[in-house]
Amino acid sequence: MVKIGTPRPARPADISVRALVKQYPGTSSPAMAGVDLDIAAGEFVCVVGASGCGKSTLLRILAGFEDATAGQVTVSTEPVRGPGPERGVVFQDYGLFPWLTVAENVAYGPRQARLAKREVTARTERALETVGLSRLASSFPQQLSGGMQQRVAIARVLANQPAVLLMDEPFGALDALTRSSLQRELKRIHRETGTTVVFVTHSVEEAVYLADRVVVMAGGTSHGNSGYVREVVEIGLPEPRDVTGEAFNELKRRIDRLIHLPNATAPAPRSSGGVPVAS
Amino acid sequence: MSTSTTAAVSPPPTASTAPAGGERPRSGRRPPWRTWLLAVPVPVVLLLLWDRGVAGAWTLPLGIQMGFLPEPLQVARRLADLAFGGLVEDSYSRTLWIHLYASSLRVVQGFLLAVVLAVPLGIVMGRSSVLFRMLEPTINLVRPIPVTAWAPLSLLIIGFGDRSTIFLVFLAAFFPVLLNTITGVRQVPQRLLEAAAMLGTPAVQALYKVVLPAAVPSIVSGLRIALGLAWVILVVGETVGINVGLGAMITQARDQSRTDLIICGMVVIGLAGFLADRLLVLLVRLVAGRRPLVNP
Ligand SMILES: Nc1ncnc2c1ncn2[C@@H]1O[C@H](COP(=O)(O)OP(=O)(O)OP(=O)(O)O)[C@@H](O)[C@H]1O
Ligand SMILES: [Mg+2]
Repeated sequence: MVKIGTPRPARPADISVRALVKQYPGTSSPAMAGVDLDIAAGEFVCVVGASGCGKSTLLRILAGFEDATAGQVTVSTEPVRGPGPERGVVFQDYGLFPWLTVAENVAYGPRQARLAKREVTARTERALETVGLSRLASSFPQQLSGGMQQRVAIARVLANQPAVLLMDEPFGALDALTRSSLQRELKRIHRETGTTVVFVTHSVEEAVYLADRVVVMAGGTSHGNSGYVREVVEIGLPEPRDVTGEAFNELKRRIDRLIHLPNATAPAPRSSGGVPVAS
Repeated sequence: MSTSTTAAVSPPPTASTAPAGGERPRSGRRPPWRTWLLAVPVPVVLLLLWDRGVAGAWTLPLGIQMGFLPEPLQVARRLADLAFGGLVEDSYSRTLWIHLYASSLRVVQGFLLAVVLAVPLGIVMGRSSVLFRMLEPTINLVRPIPVTAWAPLSLLIIGFGDRSTIFLVFLAAFFPVLLNTITGVRQVPQRLLEAAAMLGTPAVQALYKVVLPAAVPSIVSGLRIALGLAWVILVVGETVGINVGLGAMITQARDQSRTDLIICGMVVIGLAGFLADRLLVLLVRLVAGRRPLVNP
Protein backbone atom coordinates (compact mmCIF):
# COMPACT_ATOMS: atom_id res chain seq x y z
CA MET A 1 0.00 0.00 0.00
CA VAL A 2 1.27 3.44 -0.91
CA LYS A 3 1.42 5.81 2.02
CA ILE A 4 0.75 9.38 0.99
CA GLY A 5 2.32 10.58 4.20
CA THR A 6 0.70 12.03 7.26
CA PRO A 7 0.04 15.78 7.20
CA ARG A 8 2.57 17.63 9.30
CA PRO A 9 2.17 20.91 11.09
CA ALA A 10 4.31 23.77 9.87
CA ARG A 11 5.94 23.76 13.27
CA PRO A 12 4.77 22.08 16.48
CA ALA A 13 4.12 24.60 19.19
CA ASP A 14 5.23 24.79 22.77
CA ILE A 15 2.72 25.79 25.42
CA SER A 16 3.26 27.90 28.48
CA VAL A 17 0.74 28.40 31.25
CA ARG A 18 1.50 30.91 34.02
CA ALA A 19 -0.46 31.48 37.25
CA LEU A 20 -3.66 30.55 35.48
CA VAL A 21 -6.93 31.15 37.36
CA LYS A 22 -10.40 30.42 36.07
CA GLN A 23 -13.53 31.48 37.87
CA TYR A 24 -16.81 30.89 36.05
CA PRO A 25 -19.31 33.71 36.12
CA GLY A 26 -21.87 33.21 38.88
CA THR A 27 -19.66 30.98 41.01
CA SER A 28 -18.21 32.00 44.35
CA SER A 29 -14.72 30.54 43.99
CA PRO A 30 -12.35 29.75 41.13
CA ALA A 31 -12.75 26.34 39.48
CA MET A 32 -9.03 26.30 38.98
CA ALA A 33 -6.24 28.43 40.38
CA GLY A 34 -2.49 28.88 40.26
CA VAL A 35 -1.82 26.49 37.42
CA ASP A 36 1.65 26.64 35.92
CA LEU A 37 2.62 24.30 33.15
CA ASP A 38 5.23 24.13 30.41
CA ILE A 39 4.84 21.81 27.48
CA ALA A 40 7.62 21.42 24.93
CA ALA A 41 7.00 21.43 21.21
CA GLY A 42 6.12 17.94 20.01
CA GLU A 43 5.53 16.64 23.51
CA PHE A 44 2.62 14.31 24.34
CA VAL A 45 1.12 15.30 27.68
CA CYS A 46 -1.79 13.59 29.39
CA VAL A 47 -3.88 15.29 32.07
CA VAL A 48 -5.52 13.12 34.73
CA GLY A 49 -7.38 13.85 37.94
CA ALA A 50 -10.63 13.28 39.77
CA SER A 51 -13.85 14.59 38.30
CA GLY A 52 -14.29 18.35 38.67
CA CYS A 53 -10.64 19.21 39.22
CA GLY A 54 -10.58 21.40 36.14
CA LYS A 55 -9.11 19.24 33.36
CA SER A 56 -11.66 20.33 30.80
CA THR A 57 -11.42 23.88 32.02
CA LEU A 58 -7.67 23.89 31.38
CA LEU A 59 -8.10 22.36 27.92
CA ARG A 60 -10.90 24.74 26.96
CA ILE A 61 -8.75 27.71 27.95
CA LEU A 62 -5.92 26.36 25.79
CA ALA A 63 -8.43 25.94 22.95
CA GLY A 64 -9.64 29.51 23.42
CA PHE A 65 -13.23 28.54 24.19
CA GLU A 66 -12.95 30.05 27.67
CA ASP A 67 -11.09 33.17 28.79
CA ALA A 68 -8.68 32.97 31.68
CA THR A 69 -9.74 34.98 34.72
CA ALA A 70 -6.08 35.68 35.49
CA GLY A 71 -2.69 34.48 34.32
CA GLN A 72 -1.08 33.96 30.93
CA VAL A 73 -1.47 31.23 28.37
CA THR A 74 0.80 31.29 25.33
CA VAL A 75 1.17 28.88 22.42
CA SER A 76 4.43 29.39 20.47
CA THR A 77 4.88 32.61 22.44
CA GLU A 78 1.54 33.90 21.09
CA PRO A 79 -1.06 34.68 23.80
CA VAL A 80 -4.19 32.60 23.25
CA ARG A 81 -7.09 34.78 22.08
CA GLY A 82 -10.05 32.70 21.03
CA PRO A 83 -10.08 29.42 19.13
CA GLY A 84 -8.07 28.93 15.96
CA PRO A 85 -7.13 26.27 13.41
CA GLU A 86 -3.55 25.99 14.70
CA ARG A 87 -5.04 24.40 17.82
CA GLY A 88 -7.15 21.46 16.74
CA VAL A 89 -9.68 20.17 19.28
CA VAL A 90 -11.06 16.63 19.45
CA PHE A 91 -14.17 16.35 21.60
CA GLN A 92 -15.48 13.31 23.42
CA ASP A 93 -18.74 13.66 21.47
CA TYR A 94 -16.97 14.23 18.10
CA GLY A 95 -18.84 17.42 17.15
CA LEU A 96 -19.00 16.47 13.46
CA PHE A 97 -21.31 18.39 11.12
CA PRO A 98 -24.10 15.90 10.43
CA TRP A 99 -25.14 17.55 7.14
CA LEU A 100 -21.65 17.18 5.64
CA THR A 101 -20.11 13.99 4.33
CA VAL A 102 -17.00 12.59 5.96
CA ALA A 103 -14.83 14.14 3.24
CA GLU A 104 -16.62 17.50 3.52
CA ASN A 105 -16.17 17.47 7.28
CA VAL A 106 -12.44 16.89 6.81
CA ALA A 107 -12.20 19.47 4.01
CA TYR A 108 -14.01 22.08 6.12
CA GLY A 109 -10.85 23.49 7.75
CA PRO A 110 -8.70 23.72 4.60
CA ARG A 111 -11.63 25.34 2.75
CA GLN A 112 -12.09 27.77 5.60
CA ALA A 113 -8.40 28.63 5.22
CA ARG A 114 -9.12 29.37 1.52
CA LEU A 115 -6.51 26.93 0.28
CA ALA A 116 -6.45 26.08 -3.42
CA LYS A 117 -8.87 23.35 -4.46
CA ARG A 118 -6.04 20.93 -5.25
CA GLU A 119 -4.49 21.49 -1.85
CA VAL A 120 -7.85 20.99 -0.12
CA THR A 121 -8.34 17.67 -1.90
CA ALA A 122 -4.80 16.56 -1.20
CA ARG A 123 -5.04 17.36 2.50
CA THR A 124 -8.44 15.72 2.83
CA GLU A 125 -7.22 12.55 1.17
CA ARG A 126 -4.07 12.46 3.25
CA ALA A 127 -5.95 13.02 6.51
CA LEU A 128 -8.51 10.34 5.69
CA GLU A 129 -5.73 7.97 4.69
CA THR A 130 -4.02 8.62 8.01
CA VAL A 131 -7.04 7.47 9.98
CA GLY A 132 -7.85 4.69 7.49
CA LEU A 133 -11.22 6.05 6.36
CA SER A 134 -10.63 6.79 2.66
CA ARG A 135 -13.26 4.21 1.78
CA LEU A 136 -15.99 6.04 3.72
CA ALA A 137 -15.32 9.52 2.35
CA SER A 138 -18.84 9.97 1.01
CA SER A 139 -20.70 8.58 4.02
CA PHE A 140 -22.45 10.81 6.51
CA PRO A 141 -21.30 10.87 10.16
CA GLN A 142 -24.48 9.32 11.55
CA GLN A 143 -23.92 6.26 9.36
CA LEU A 144 -20.65 5.53 11.17
CA SER A 145 -19.84 3.87 14.48
CA GLY A 146 -18.55 5.98 17.36
CA GLY A 147 -14.97 4.89 16.75
CA MET A 148 -15.18 5.81 13.08
CA GLN A 149 -16.76 9.16 13.88
CA GLN A 150 -13.90 9.90 16.25
CA ARG A 151 -11.45 8.99 13.48
CA VAL A 152 -13.21 11.51 11.23
CA ALA A 153 -12.95 14.11 13.99
CA ILE A 154 -9.22 13.44 14.25
CA ALA A 155 -8.79 13.59 10.47
CA ARG A 156 -10.73 16.86 10.44
CA VAL A 157 -8.21 18.58 12.71
CA LEU A 158 -5.20 16.89 11.08
CA ALA A 159 -6.25 18.41 7.75
CA ASN A 160 -5.58 21.80 9.31
CA GLN A 161 -2.04 20.66 10.16
CA PRO A 162 -2.39 22.02 13.69
CA ALA A 163 0.57 22.93 15.84
CA VAL A 164 -1.27 21.60 18.89
CA LEU A 165 -3.79 18.80 19.27
CA LEU A 166 -6.16 19.23 22.23
CA MET A 167 -8.20 16.17 23.16
CA ASP A 168 -10.77 15.95 25.97
CA GLU A 169 -11.46 12.32 26.82
CA PRO A 170 -11.64 11.56 23.09
CA PHE A 171 -11.92 7.82 23.56
CA GLY A 172 -14.00 7.93 26.75
CA ALA A 173 -17.22 6.84 25.04
CA LEU A 174 -15.69 4.01 23.02
CA ASP A 175 -15.52 0.29 23.73
CA ALA A 176 -12.23 -1.17 24.94
CA LEU A 177 -11.22 -2.70 21.62
CA THR A 178 -11.87 0.44 19.56
CA ARG A 179 -10.23 2.44 22.26
CA SER A 180 -6.97 0.54 22.20
CA SER A 181 -6.74 0.57 18.43
CA LEU A 182 -7.34 4.32 18.38
CA GLN A 183 -4.68 4.75 21.06
CA ARG A 184 -2.16 2.95 18.85
CA GLU A 185 -3.20 5.07 15.87
CA LEU A 186 -2.92 8.29 17.82
CA LYS A 187 0.57 7.29 18.92
CA ARG A 188 1.54 6.66 15.31
CA ILE A 189 0.01 9.97 14.22
CA HIS A 190 1.91 11.79 16.95
CA ARG A 191 5.15 10.11 15.89
CA GLU A 192 4.58 11.00 12.23
CA THR A 193 3.34 14.56 12.67
CA GLY A 194 5.38 15.62 15.66
CA THR A 195 2.40 17.66 16.82
CA THR A 196 2.20 18.73 20.45
CA VAL A 197 -0.64 16.82 22.12
CA VAL A 198 -2.56 17.63 25.30
CA PHE A 199 -4.81 14.72 26.11
CA VAL A 200 -7.30 14.66 29.00
CA THR A 201 -8.34 11.22 30.24
CA HIS A 202 -9.88 9.44 33.20
CA SER A 203 -7.86 6.33 32.52
CA VAL A 204 -4.47 6.24 34.21
CA GLU A 205 -3.51 3.29 32.04
CA GLU A 206 -4.28 5.27 28.90
CA ALA A 207 -2.22 8.17 30.21
CA VAL A 208 0.82 6.04 31.02
CA TYR A 209 0.55 4.26 27.67
CA LEU A 210 0.34 7.47 25.62
CA ALA A 211 2.19 10.23 27.39
CA ASP A 212 5.70 11.55 27.67
CA ARG A 213 4.56 13.25 30.86
CA VAL A 214 1.39 12.96 32.93
CA VAL A 215 -0.05 16.04 34.65
CA VAL A 216 -1.93 15.02 37.79
CA MET A 217 -4.55 17.56 38.83
CA ALA A 218 -6.39 17.63 42.16
CA GLY A 219 -8.81 19.68 44.19
CA GLY A 220 -11.91 21.18 42.70
CA THR A 221 -15.01 22.87 44.02
CA SER A 222 -16.40 19.56 45.29
CA HIS A 223 -13.35 19.39 47.58
CA GLY A 224 -13.92 22.91 48.83
CA ASN A 225 -10.98 24.40 46.97
CA SER A 226 -9.87 25.19 43.45
CA GLY A 227 -8.38 22.72 41.04
CA TYR A 228 -4.58 22.76 40.78
CA VAL A 229 -1.70 20.73 39.40
CA ARG A 230 -0.55 18.31 42.09
CA GLU A 231 2.38 16.81 40.26
CA VAL A 232 3.81 16.19 36.82
CA VAL A 233 5.05 12.64 36.36
CA GLU A 234 7.76 11.85 33.81
CA ILE A 235 6.94 8.54 32.10
CA GLY A 236 10.17 7.82 30.25
CA LEU A 237 9.23 4.26 29.27
CA PRO A 238 10.72 2.90 26.05
CA GLU A 239 8.53 2.26 23.02
CA PRO A 240 6.61 0.09 22.36
CA ARG A 241 5.18 0.18 25.86
CA ASP A 242 4.27 -3.06 27.57
CA VAL A 243 1.11 -2.44 29.55
CA THR A 244 1.75 -5.58 31.60
CA GLY A 245 5.33 -4.66 32.44
CA GLU A 246 6.54 -3.97 35.98
CA ALA A 247 7.73 -0.42 35.28
CA PHE A 248 4.45 0.43 33.56
CA ASN A 249 2.38 -0.74 36.49
CA GLU A 250 4.62 0.94 39.02
CA LEU A 251 3.94 4.26 37.26
CA LYS A 252 0.24 3.49 37.14
CA ARG A 253 0.16 2.82 40.89
CA ARG A 254 2.08 5.99 41.63
CA ILE A 255 -0.26 8.16 39.58
CA ASP A 256 -3.29 6.42 41.09
CA ARG A 257 -1.99 7.26 44.56
CA LEU A 258 -1.44 10.89 43.53
CA ILE A 259 -4.99 11.14 42.23
CA HIS A 260 -6.52 9.67 45.36
CA LEU A 261 -4.26 11.38 47.89
CA PRO A 262 -6.46 12.94 50.59
CA ASN A 263 -7.13 16.54 49.84
CA ALA A 264 -5.82 17.66 53.24
CA THR A 265 -2.30 17.40 51.85
CA ALA A 266 -3.16 19.90 49.13
CA PRO A 267 -0.99 22.96 49.58
CA ALA A 268 -2.64 26.31 50.28
CA PRO A 269 -5.73 26.23 48.12
CA ARG A 270 -7.21 29.11 46.15
CA SER A 271 -4.98 31.96 47.23
CA SER A 272 -4.24 33.17 43.76
CA GLY A 273 -0.53 33.57 43.33
CA GLY A 274 0.88 31.45 46.10
CA VAL A 275 -0.46 28.16 44.81
CA PRO A 276 1.93 25.32 43.98
CA VAL A 277 4.09 25.49 40.91
CA ALA A 278 4.23 22.21 39.08
CA SER A 279 7.34 20.47 37.80
CA MET B 1 -41.28 32.20 25.21
CA SER B 2 -40.72 28.49 25.20
CA THR B 3 -44.39 27.69 25.63
CA SER B 4 -45.42 29.92 22.76
CA THR B 5 -42.82 28.47 20.42
CA THR B 6 -43.55 24.85 21.15
CA ALA B 7 -47.10 25.40 20.03
CA ALA B 8 -45.85 26.48 16.63
CA VAL B 9 -43.28 23.72 16.45
CA SER B 10 -45.73 20.86 16.45
CA PRO B 11 -45.67 19.48 12.93
CA PRO B 12 -48.53 20.05 10.53
CA PRO B 13 -51.12 17.31 10.34
CA THR B 14 -49.41 15.70 7.38
CA ALA B 15 -46.10 15.45 9.17
CA SER B 16 -46.47 11.81 10.12
CA THR B 17 -47.01 10.74 6.55
CA ALA B 18 -44.40 12.98 4.98
CA PRO B 19 -41.49 13.71 7.27
CA ALA B 20 -39.57 16.73 6.01
CA GLY B 21 -36.25 15.09 6.56
CA GLY B 22 -34.41 11.92 7.28
CA GLU B 23 -35.81 8.51 6.78
CA ARG B 24 -39.44 7.80 6.17
CA PRO B 25 -41.05 5.90 9.00
CA ARG B 26 -41.02 2.24 8.09
CA SER B 27 -44.67 1.31 7.96
CA GLY B 28 -43.96 -2.17 9.16
CA ARG B 29 -43.33 -4.77 6.53
CA ARG B 30 -46.91 -4.77 5.29
CA PRO B 31 -47.48 -4.49 1.56
CA PRO B 32 -48.62 -0.98 0.57
CA TRP B 33 -51.97 -2.14 -0.82
CA ARG B 34 -53.07 -3.17 2.66
CA THR B 35 -52.46 0.34 3.95
CA TRP B 36 -54.51 1.69 1.07
CA LEU B 37 -57.25 -0.78 1.74
CA LEU B 38 -57.44 0.34 5.36
CA ALA B 39 -57.78 3.96 4.35
CA VAL B 40 -60.64 3.42 1.91
CA PRO B 41 -63.72 2.57 4.07
CA VAL B 42 -63.90 5.77 6.15
CA PRO B 43 -64.21 8.25 3.26
CA VAL B 44 -66.59 5.90 1.45
CA VAL B 45 -68.88 5.74 4.47
CA LEU B 46 -68.71 9.52 4.90
CA LEU B 47 -69.67 10.06 1.26
CA LEU B 48 -72.57 7.62 1.62
CA LEU B 49 -73.79 9.37 4.77
CA TRP B 50 -73.54 12.71 2.99
CA ASP B 51 -75.55 11.40 0.06
CA ARG B 52 -78.25 9.82 2.24
CA GLY B 53 -78.36 12.89 4.48
CA VAL B 54 -79.07 15.17 1.56
CA ALA B 55 -81.67 12.81 0.13
CA GLY B 56 -83.41 12.49 3.52
CA ALA B 57 -82.93 16.17 4.40
CA TRP B 58 -81.50 15.25 7.79
CA THR B 59 -81.16 17.82 10.49
CA LEU B 60 -77.98 17.39 12.53
CA PRO B 61 -77.04 18.97 15.86
CA LEU B 62 -76.27 22.71 15.75
CA GLY B 63 -79.06 23.04 13.24
CA ILE B 64 -77.13 21.66 10.29
CA GLN B 65 -79.75 21.13 7.62
CA MET B 66 -78.38 18.66 5.14
CA GLY B 67 -81.23 19.32 2.77
CA PHE B 68 -79.49 22.53 1.74
CA LEU B 69 -76.39 20.64 0.61
CA PRO B 70 -75.81 19.40 -2.93
CA GLU B 71 -75.30 15.66 -3.37
CA PRO B 72 -71.72 14.43 -3.66
CA LEU B 73 -72.24 13.45 -7.26
CA GLN B 74 -73.52 16.91 -8.08
CA VAL B 75 -70.41 18.41 -6.54
CA ALA B 76 -68.17 16.04 -8.48
CA ARG B 77 -69.97 16.99 -11.69
CA ARG B 78 -69.60 20.68 -10.95
CA LEU B 79 -65.93 20.25 -10.10
CA ALA B 80 -65.25 18.44 -13.37
CA ASP B 81 -67.06 21.21 -15.24
CA LEU B 82 -65.12 23.89 -13.37
CA ALA B 83 -61.95 22.25 -14.51
CA PHE B 84 -62.72 21.00 -18.00
CA GLY B 85 -66.21 22.23 -18.93
CA GLY B 86 -68.62 20.26 -21.08
CA LEU B 87 -71.02 19.23 -18.28
CA VAL B 88 -72.85 22.27 -16.93
CA GLU B 89 -71.64 24.94 -19.32
CA ASP B 90 -72.28 28.20 -17.52
CA SER B 91 -70.13 31.21 -16.72
CA TYR B 92 -68.10 29.10 -14.23
CA SER B 93 -67.05 26.42 -16.68
CA ARG B 94 -63.30 25.96 -17.13
CA THR B 95 -62.55 28.89 -14.78
CA LEU B 96 -60.93 26.76 -12.07
CA TRP B 97 -57.40 27.17 -13.39
CA ILE B 98 -57.58 30.93 -13.53
CA HIS B 99 -58.73 31.06 -9.91
CA LEU B 100 -56.19 28.51 -8.80
CA TYR B 101 -53.37 30.31 -10.58
CA ALA B 102 -54.30 33.70 -9.11
CA SER B 103 -54.56 32.29 -5.60
CA SER B 104 -51.32 30.31 -5.88
CA LEU B 105 -49.49 33.40 -7.01
CA ARG B 106 -50.68 35.34 -3.98
CA VAL B 107 -49.82 32.50 -1.63
CA VAL B 108 -46.35 32.13 -3.11
CA GLN B 109 -45.60 35.86 -2.97
CA GLY B 110 -46.80 36.35 0.60
CA PHE B 111 -45.12 33.15 1.72
CA LEU B 112 -41.77 33.96 0.09
CA LEU B 113 -41.79 37.46 1.53
CA ALA B 114 -42.38 35.98 4.98
CA VAL B 115 -39.57 33.44 4.54
CA VAL B 116 -37.08 35.99 3.26
CA LEU B 117 -37.69 38.22 6.28
CA ALA B 118 -38.42 35.70 9.03
CA VAL B 119 -35.53 33.28 8.52
CA PRO B 120 -32.68 35.81 8.81
CA LEU B 121 -34.48 37.62 11.63
CA GLY B 122 -35.01 34.29 13.41
CA ILE B 123 -31.34 33.41 13.04
CA VAL B 124 -30.09 36.64 14.59
CA MET B 125 -32.79 36.58 17.27
CA GLY B 126 -31.88 33.00 18.13
CA ARG B 127 -28.22 33.90 18.48
CA SER B 128 -28.32 37.33 20.08
CA SER B 129 -29.96 37.49 23.48
CA VAL B 130 -29.99 41.30 23.32
CA LEU B 131 -31.97 41.31 20.06
CA PHE B 132 -34.18 38.58 21.41
CA ARG B 133 -35.06 40.46 24.56
CA MET B 134 -35.60 43.60 22.49
CA LEU B 135 -38.01 42.04 20.01
CA GLU B 136 -39.62 39.07 21.72
CA PRO B 137 -42.18 41.00 23.84
CA THR B 138 -43.39 42.99 20.84
CA ILE B 139 -43.62 39.90 18.68
CA ASN B 140 -45.59 37.99 21.26
CA LEU B 141 -47.94 40.94 21.68
CA VAL B 142 -48.67 41.17 17.98
CA ARG B 143 -48.72 37.46 17.26
CA PRO B 144 -51.98 36.52 19.05
CA ILE B 145 -53.97 38.95 16.87
CA PRO B 146 -55.66 36.62 14.39
CA VAL B 147 -54.76 37.38 10.80
CA THR B 148 -58.47 37.50 10.03
CA ALA B 149 -58.69 40.47 12.37
CA TRP B 150 -56.13 42.26 10.24
CA ALA B 151 -58.26 41.84 7.12
CA PRO B 152 -60.56 44.88 7.50
CA LEU B 153 -57.65 47.11 8.46
CA SER B 154 -55.47 45.96 5.60
CA LEU B 155 -58.27 46.76 3.16
CA LEU B 156 -58.35 50.30 4.47
CA ILE B 157 -54.63 50.93 4.64
CA ILE B 158 -53.60 49.01 1.52
CA GLY B 159 -56.76 49.10 -0.53
CA PHE B 160 -58.62 46.54 -2.60
CA GLY B 161 -56.61 44.14 -4.65
CA ASP B 162 -53.71 41.76 -4.70
CA ARG B 163 -51.41 43.51 -2.32
CA SER B 164 -53.84 43.43 0.57
CA THR B 165 -54.23 39.66 0.19
CA ILE B 166 -50.49 39.15 -0.15
CA PHE B 167 -50.00 41.16 3.02
CA LEU B 168 -52.42 38.92 4.92
CA VAL B 169 -50.72 35.78 3.60
CA PHE B 170 -47.40 37.28 4.64
CA LEU B 171 -48.70 37.97 8.17
CA ALA B 172 -50.07 34.45 8.48
CA ALA B 173 -46.80 32.89 7.34
CA PHE B 174 -44.38 35.21 9.12
CA PHE B 175 -44.77 34.13 12.75
CA PRO B 176 -44.57 30.35 12.39
CA VAL B 177 -41.42 30.70 10.27
CA LEU B 178 -39.90 33.17 12.73
CA LEU B 179 -40.69 31.18 15.87
CA ASN B 180 -39.54 27.88 14.42
CA THR B 181 -36.34 29.43 13.16
CA ILE B 182 -35.63 30.87 16.61
CA THR B 183 -36.34 27.52 18.24
CA GLY B 184 -34.15 25.69 15.73
CA VAL B 185 -31.31 28.14 16.16
CA ARG B 186 -31.46 27.92 19.94
CA GLN B 187 -31.24 24.14 19.74
CA VAL B 188 -28.05 24.14 17.70
CA PRO B 189 -25.55 22.34 19.94
CA GLN B 190 -22.86 24.62 21.32
CA ARG B 191 -20.42 21.87 20.37
CA LEU B 192 -20.92 22.46 16.65
CA LEU B 193 -20.18 26.15 17.07
CA GLU B 194 -17.04 25.29 19.02
CA ALA B 195 -16.01 22.86 16.29
CA ALA B 196 -16.55 25.50 13.63
CA ALA B 197 -14.62 28.08 15.64
CA MET B 198 -11.60 25.85 16.17
CA LEU B 199 -11.60 25.03 12.45
CA GLY B 200 -11.23 28.72 11.71
CA THR B 201 -14.80 30.00 11.24
CA PRO B 202 -15.42 33.63 12.24
CA ALA B 203 -18.58 34.10 14.31
CA VAL B 204 -20.58 35.80 11.55
CA GLN B 205 -19.75 33.09 9.02
CA ALA B 206 -20.81 30.46 11.53
CA LEU B 207 -24.35 31.85 11.24
CA TYR B 208 -24.77 30.49 7.72
CA LYS B 209 -22.16 27.75 7.75
CA VAL B 210 -23.32 26.05 10.94
CA VAL B 211 -26.37 27.65 12.55
CA LEU B 212 -28.50 27.74 9.40
CA PRO B 213 -27.89 24.14 8.25
CA ALA B 214 -28.23 22.83 11.79
CA ALA B 215 -31.57 24.61 12.18
CA VAL B 216 -32.94 23.43 8.83
CA PRO B 217 -35.22 20.68 10.20
CA SER B 218 -36.93 23.13 12.52
CA ILE B 219 -37.11 25.84 9.85
CA VAL B 220 -38.68 23.37 7.41
CA SER B 221 -41.41 22.46 9.86
CA GLY B 222 -42.04 26.18 10.31
CA LEU B 223 -42.30 26.58 6.54
CA ARG B 224 -44.85 23.79 6.35
CA ILE B 225 -47.05 25.26 9.07
CA ALA B 226 -46.75 28.67 7.43
CA LEU B 227 -47.65 27.40 3.99
CA GLY B 228 -50.73 25.69 5.41
CA LEU B 229 -51.84 28.90 7.12
CA ALA B 230 -51.20 30.86 3.93
CA TRP B 231 -53.92 28.82 2.17
CA VAL B 232 -56.21 29.15 5.17
CA ILE B 233 -56.15 32.91 4.95
CA LEU B 234 -57.10 32.99 1.26
CA VAL B 235 -60.83 32.67 1.83
CA VAL B 236 -60.76 35.75 4.02
CA GLY B 237 -58.10 37.59 2.06
CA GLU B 238 -59.90 37.28 -1.25
CA THR B 239 -63.37 38.17 0.02
CA VAL B 240 -63.49 41.84 -0.83
CA GLY B 241 -62.46 43.68 -3.95
CA ILE B 242 -61.01 40.67 -5.72
CA ASN B 243 -62.59 38.97 -8.71
CA VAL B 244 -60.22 36.15 -9.45
CA GLY B 245 -59.06 33.59 -6.94
CA LEU B 246 -60.46 30.60 -5.10
CA GLY B 247 -61.57 32.76 -2.17
CA ALA B 248 -63.23 35.20 -4.56
CA MET B 249 -64.97 32.32 -6.29
CA ILE B 250 -66.33 31.08 -2.96
CA THR B 251 -67.52 34.58 -2.04
CA GLN B 252 -69.23 34.98 -5.37
CA ALA B 253 -70.85 31.54 -5.02
CA ARG B 254 -72.07 32.44 -1.54
CA ASP B 255 -73.71 35.59 -2.85
CA GLN B 256 -75.52 33.40 -5.37
CA SER B 257 -76.28 30.67 -2.77
CA ARG B 258 -74.44 28.10 -4.91
CA THR B 259 -73.50 25.47 -2.34
CA ASP B 260 -72.06 23.14 -4.98
CA LEU B 261 -69.58 25.83 -6.06
CA ILE B 262 -68.70 26.65 -2.47
CA ILE B 263 -67.88 23.03 -1.76
CA CYS B 264 -65.84 22.84 -4.97
CA GLY B 265 -63.85 25.87 -3.80
CA MET B 266 -63.33 24.27 -0.40
CA VAL B 267 -62.16 21.01 -1.95
CA VAL B 268 -59.77 22.76 -4.31
CA ILE B 269 -58.26 24.93 -1.56
CA GLY B 270 -57.79 21.83 0.57
CA LEU B 271 -56.16 19.94 -2.27
CA ALA B 272 -54.00 22.91 -3.21
CA GLY B 273 -52.79 23.24 0.38
CA PHE B 274 -52.03 19.53 0.49
CA LEU B 275 -50.17 19.61 -2.83
CA ALA B 276 -48.26 22.74 -1.85
CA ASP B 277 -47.06 20.96 1.28
CA ARG B 278 -45.96 17.95 -0.76
CA LEU B 279 -44.21 20.21 -3.24
CA LEU B 280 -42.40 22.01 -0.45
CA VAL B 281 -41.21 18.74 1.05
CA LEU B 282 -40.12 17.56 -2.39
CA LEU B 283 -38.25 20.80 -2.97
CA VAL B 284 -36.47 20.50 0.36
CA ARG B 285 -35.48 16.92 -0.51
CA LEU B 286 -34.22 18.04 -3.91
CA VAL B 287 -32.12 20.81 -2.42
CA ALA B 288 -30.82 18.61 0.39
CA GLY B 289 -30.05 15.70 -1.90
CA ARG B 290 -29.09 12.74 0.24
CA ARG B 291 -27.95 14.91 3.12
CA PRO B 292 -29.63 13.85 6.34
CA LEU B 293 -31.99 16.49 7.71
CA VAL B 294 -31.80 15.69 11.37
CA ASN B 295 -31.50 17.69 14.51
CA PRO B 296 -27.83 17.43 15.30
N1 LIG C 1 -19.51 26.67 32.27
C1 LIG C 1 -19.35 26.50 33.60
N2 LIG C 1 -19.98 27.29 34.48
C2 LIG C 1 -19.81 27.15 35.81
N3 LIG C 1 -19.04 26.21 36.36
C3 LIG C 1 -18.39 25.36 35.55
C4 LIG C 1 -18.52 25.45 34.12
N4 LIG C 1 -17.76 24.49 33.57
C5 LIG C 1 -17.20 23.83 34.59
N5 LIG C 1 -17.57 24.34 35.77
C6 LIG C 1 -17.12 23.88 37.10
O1 LIG C 1 -15.73 23.93 37.13
C7 LIG C 1 -15.19 22.81 37.80
C8 LIG C 1 -14.21 22.09 36.91
O2 LIG C 1 -14.92 21.56 35.80
P1 LIG C 1 -14.21 20.75 34.65
O3 LIG C 1 -15.25 20.42 33.66
O4 LIG C 1 -13.03 21.49 34.16
O5 LIG C 1 -13.73 19.44 35.40
P2 LIG C 1 -13.10 18.10 34.81
O6 LIG C 1 -11.84 17.87 35.54
O7 LIG C 1 -13.03 18.18 33.34
O8 LIG C 1 -14.17 17.05 35.26
P3 LIG C 1 -14.58 15.69 34.54
O9 LIG C 1 -13.50 14.74 34.82
O10 LIG C 1 -15.86 15.31 35.21
O11 LIG C 1 -14.75 15.99 33.09
C9 LIG C 1 -16.38 21.96 38.22
O12 LIG C 1 -16.68 22.24 39.57
C10 LIG C 1 -17.50 22.45 37.34
O13 LIG C 1 -18.72 22.34 38.00
MG1 LIG D 1 -14.03 17.15 31.70
